[in-house]
Amino acid sequence: MKFLTVPIIGIFIALMLYATSSLPDRGDPQAPANVHVSPSYIERSKEDTGTPNLVTAVLADYRGYDTLGETIVIVTAGLACIIILMKRNQNDTKI
Amino acid sequence: MIQRYESIIIQVVCKVLVPFIQLFGLYVIIFGHYGPGGGFQGGVILATSIILLRLCMGKEISHKKFPPELATGLGIGGLLIFSLTGFIPLFFGGAFLDYAYLPIPGLSSADLRYIGITIVEIGIGLAVMGACVLIFDRLADGEQ
Repeated sequence: MKFLTVPIIGIFIALMLYATSSLPDRGDPQAPANVHVSPSYIERSKEDTGTPNLVTAVLADYRGYDTLGETIVIVTAGLACIIILMKRNQNDTKI
Repeated sequence: MIQRYESIIIQVVCKVLVPFIQLFGLYVIIFGHYGPGGGFQGGVILATSIILLRLCMGKEISHKKFPPELATGLGIGGLLIFSLTGFIPLFFGGAFLDYAYLPIPGLSSADLRYIGITIVEIGIGLAVMGACVLIFDRLADGEQ
């Protein structure tokens, strides 16, 4: 069965190249991602939040929920390091 | 275990540098409104100052100045600050993480969002600093 890996990978690469060739160009002003809410963020962030920095306003106010999830991931990584790197007794055989 | 560095020059320079690094870290957190920066970058700079202290002054002195339990507490405290700023507007008529409904009297909605973003950035900075110092302590302890 190992001879099947290369053709399957080749088929997936061909599918992905075919799908990405029809994405819009970079920086296209008519692309759906640049037309939906981004113009309203750019126009209204200064009067809505009083913050000159647009990146901070979008990251912490308009999309604050994603930032909350990211912070939870960072703290969970730190706590997971504690569990993995705990000292073990010589007589203990669990975990 | 991390030994104290032998050279006296390194110890003196480290003791002089650590307050300035912490001041710069606080500046990067608070100044995220006006330029590049914000919570994540400032938190890493604050963690750098503690790790410099651990490397140069050895384990006994730096554990007395900044114990590992304090790093864990600050990390979880920062996350709690962020979550509470999200939950409090729910009791006062707004959505989750809607800073315009924070209960501070006499300010317009734009000012309330400004204050909300500042509180949230401080929480993120503390959480990132706690996580970085925590991981460093656990990795350095394992050398024993």
